[in-house]
Formats: sequence, C-alpha cells, structure tokens
Amino acid sequence: MSTVTTTKPAPAAPGPVPVAAARGEGRIGLRANLRHIGALVRRNALQIKQDPESMFDVLFMPIIFTLLFVFVFGGAISGKGNQADYVNYVVPGLMAMMGMNIAMAVGTGVNDDFKKGVMDRFRSMPIARSSVLLAKIVVELGRMMVAIAILLGVGFLLGLSIKSSVLDLFLAIGLSAVFGSALMWIFILLGLTMKTAQAVQGMAMLVLMPLQFGSSIFAPPSTMPGWLQSFTDYNPLSNLADAARALINGTPVGDSVWMTLVWSLAITAVTMPLAVRKFRQKT
Amino acid sequence: MGDMTRNDKNPNAVEVRGLVKHYGETKALDGVDLDVREGTVLGVLGPNGAGKTTLVRCLSTLIVPDAGTATVAGFDVVRQPRQLRRTIGLTGQYASVDEKLSGWENLYMIGRLLDLSRKDARSRADEMLERFSLTEAAKKAAMNYSGGMRRRLDLAASLIGRPAVIYLDEPTTGLDPRTRNEVWDEVQRLVAEGATVLLTTQYMEEAEQLASELTVIDRGKVIAKGKVDELKARVGGRTLKIRPVSCADLPGMARALAEAGLDGVAGSQAVPDEGVLLVPILSDEQLTAVVGLLAARGYAIADLGTYLPSLDEVFLAITGERPAPVGDSVPTEKTEEVAA
Repeated sequence: MSTVTTTKPAPAAPGPVPVAAARGEGRIGLRANLRHIGALVRRNALQIKQDPESMFDVLFMPIIFTLLFVFVFGGAISGKGNQADYVNYVVPGLMAMMGMNIAMAVGTGVNDDFKKGVMDRFRSMPIARSSVLLAKIVVELGRMMVAIAILLGVGFLLGLSIKSSVLDLFLAIGLSAVFGSALMWIFILLGLTMKTAQAVQGMAMLVLMPLQFGSSIFAPPSTMPGWLQSFTDYNPLSNLADAARALINGTPVGDSVWMTLVWSLAITAVTMPLAVRKFRQKT
Repeated sequence: MGDMTRNDKNPNAVEVRGLVKHYGETKALDGVDLDVREGTVLGVLGPNGAGKTTLVRCLSTLIVPDAGTATVAGFDVVRQPRQLRRTIGLTGQYASVDEKLSGWENLYMIGRLLDLSRKDARSRADEMLERFSLTEAAKKAAMNYSGGMRRRLDLAASLIGRPAVIYLDEPTTGLDPRTRNEVWDEVQRLVAEGATVLLTTQYMEEAEQLASELTVIDRGKVIAKGKVDELKARVGGRTLKIRPVSCADLPGMARALAEAGLDGVAGSQAVPDEGVLLVPILSDEQLTAVVGLLAARGYAIADLGTYLPSLDEVFLAITGERPAPVGDSVPTEKTEEVAA
C-alpha cells in the first residue's frame, strides 16, 4: 500500500504552474518510507500513552454493547433463557460494528491534527505525505484489535463458542481489519473535508446509524420488510457480519466473504486516492 | 550536507521573483521579489496580514504559488519540493511540535523522519536539548512547557537536520519580553554560527536586533528593501539630542541656533518634559557647527548623541500610515484555505 502512494507523483496543483519532469527527483524509497511510518506510529502510540482516556472507546464499547445487546435483545430474539444462542449471533456482528466505530475515530484524529502546527512541520519535511495517514491507520488497526480481543473475551464469558476452528476465527478478525481499514479512508476523507472534528463526528454518525441498524448485525433480516431486506443484502456491514458469523459458527459463508472483500477494495480504490490528494493539497 | 554544494555558484540562498498567491479576492502575495544571501539574516517586516506567513508557506512548499518563481538553495519550490524540503528548517507561529509528546520524543521523531539512524537520532536529540537548555524538561510533555521553552523546542526541532536555510516565522509573537530575549539570544547564536535565516516579524525592534537586511512588505507587495541602517538613513536621517545641564537653557539654545541660520536647524524642537533639544542633522559639518555654536555661547551640555529613527517611523515614512494591524480585512492563510 505504501509503495503505491509514495511513488505516484503528486497530482498537479491547481493554478498555471508548470510541473516539470524533475518531480521524480528526491523520491523517497520504500525503506525510508517504512522508517517514517514507524516513527509516526510511535508518535501516535505515545499520544495514547499521554492521554489514556483516548482508549476508553476501545476498552468500554465492546463491554457495554455486548452486555446491552445480549441481555436486552437476546431473550426477545432467541427466546427467553436462550441468550447464549444470541451471543453466537450478535458477537460476530458486533465485531463488524466495532471496526466501523473505531474507524470513525481516525477521521476526528486527522481533523484534529490539521489544527495543530505539527502537521505543517511534517508537510515541510522530506517524507511522503501519505506516511502520516498510513501511520494513523496502523495505530487505529491496533486499537481495533484490542477492541475485538475485549469483545471476544466478554463474548466467551457470556457463552460464546467457536464452532469452527481458531483459523476461521482469525480469518473473521482479519476480514474485519481489512474492511475497517477500507472504512478508515472514508473517515480520513471526511476528516480532511469537514471543518471541525464535531462536524466529522456528526457526519460520520449520519452514515453509521442506518448502515449499522439496517443490517444483519443485531437481528436476522428475515422479519424485515422487503425493501429493507434488499438494503441489508447489499449493506457491506451485513456482508461482513454474515461472513464473521458463518466463519465463527462453521456455517456456509456463501457470498459474504467475497462480497466483503469486493466492498473493501471498492471503497479503498475510490476514497484512498481522493484522501491522499486532498491531504497533499491541503494548506 | 550534499545539498550545500548546490549553492556554490549562487550567493543567494533564497531567490524570490514575482511571487503571487491569491486567496479569492485577497492578494496575499502580489508580486514579491526578494533575496537572502547565504549566511545572512533577512528580516521581512510587515504588519499582520501583509503576506509574511503566506510567503514562508510558499517557500516551505506548504502552498503552491499562483505565479512567479522561488528557489531555495537552488531548488525550485514548485518543481523540486522534495529536495527543497531537505534543505530547510521551519519554525514559527504554526510549524510546531507535537504537544502530547515529550521534548525528547519530539526531537527523536524528527531525527528519524530525517533518516537518522536510531543511535544518531538519540544523540542528536540529547545534543539539541542540551544546547537549548531543555535537558531537565526532556521527559515532560511539550504541552507542559512554558512559552519560551516551547519556542526553544520548536527551534531545536527545526535544526535537527542541520538545514541550510532556516525560516523563522514571527518567532516571538505572543511572548513576554523576557522570553522574547531568550529566543533572540538563540537566533543571534545561530547567526553567529553562519546560518542563513529568513525572519518575518511585525516588531521593528526584532528586525533591528536580528537582521542585517530588510524587506518591508505591506498588503502582499514589497514597499522597501535595503540594509537596516540604509533604510533608516534614507527615511529620516539622524537627529541630534542635546541635554543641557539646566533645563531653563532650552528656549535660549533653540533661539541661538535659529538666529545663527544654520542649515536645517529650523526643525529644532525643544522637549522640556525630557529636558532635551532635538536637532535634525543633515551633514557632519552641520553637526560640528551646532555643537560649536552652543559651546561658544557658553551653554553647559550634560549629554548629547545622535540617533536614527525607529523602524516604526521608517514604516510610517514609507507607507504614510502606521503599521496598524489589518488582520480583520485580510483573512489568515489558514482559515481562508479551509474555507476554499
């Protein structure tokens, strides 16, 4: 991913300025690029250390959501006393949701960063400008993994059982990470476009809510009206939730896995170049 | 350091020709020409909204100019941004450090981003903290630094890569006088070590203290340039300030000079509050004649000296108006671009 973003010449800036072939000189090599990303990942990790409250979402969201959904809806959906069945239904779905909620944080983070002078320093330094964004994504993926680990821990306490294999479980986690990082580009783009972090948050919620609840995450779509079913069928979050559920419960995955991958690829292909472009042109 | 060889043929470390940058209707830069010779400090003086920060942002490759050219250490800001970034260090109102990180971590990170090995980045961070008297605060988060420590850390961060050209964008804006002096001391040290510096400021005193040459800009245009002393001499010339032993002598002294019909002394002005007489000086001969005349008339003089006008007065003379902040009519580059 890093090679793609760094070897591509910067898009021509607006205005009548000629861009000569000399653009290619002074290019940043892959190893240097990885070193820069490493230094910036360290920066983001140290920020978390300095401000542990920024981990609250990752630590408590999986606990609260799992408890709420299992005990509020579990009985209603799977029948009184059958909450354990619902655990196996909802936890893989929550895995998909967790990825989305944490991906959202990257948008507010990028927006916040731009308010600070340090971004000017990075952008006036001989590093690929995309490395700042890639470092953010690496750190957010790390946070996502922590959230998923906690989610699974709570799930196991409530009776989650892996009916397939550990490998399948890891596949499900990996799929969530792939989809989550694709989503991050959307939120990075939002973060670079909107003026304030609050606006990013508001806009993100607007996108998130229908996608989350109009999906198969919390309840099987079979009882939903037809028009909503056709929405949930194509909702990437449903695809991811279905895929994770099938992988963990050992049921046939059907189209869900490749649909998730196609969605991830499509989202990344559209939003990543836009985000990197926006980032380069931002002043 | 390899980049340094690029300037051998070019005594100008920074060359700006006809630089233009518009933000909508606002001409932040409207055809700016300037040069910074290697190893000198150029002061870019102007009020708020004159285009100083836009200039620095163009020269740092943070924004692309609409027209004109600019080279730094021989590299074009538009065509060779990557090479150019290797040769510059940026300190200022905006370019800053990560406030959640400690001083040491900030400098280490910058060292790594500048491709130093872990070991070199570590020792360079230690070295710079030592140099800027921040060793004791090395492990504190930058957000807990005082204003002066913050600016010193900013400066240290800009110097990690041993840049050929350093931009100081209003380095003391918002600092109290004591802290400002701390920053000045550091800049003077840099200058003594032979750095090439482009300094923007809205403080006349700062430009006078630090810069050898000045470019005065107002509303995106260069309105004057030259050596600090030349500019001052051109605008006002010298004034002789005479303090008689007795304040009561002031009217008599002024009358004596007027009656003698010496050149220029018609503009003499007695300032009883300060107990001094101010005489415009047009030539050395006139200066000698004035002092000789007063001595011959038996006036006892306690103190005398000549002084050049302040840069405030220079600005007034060039533009016809005080350098009043015009910040409200010209949006800052930052907010303007977010809107666009």
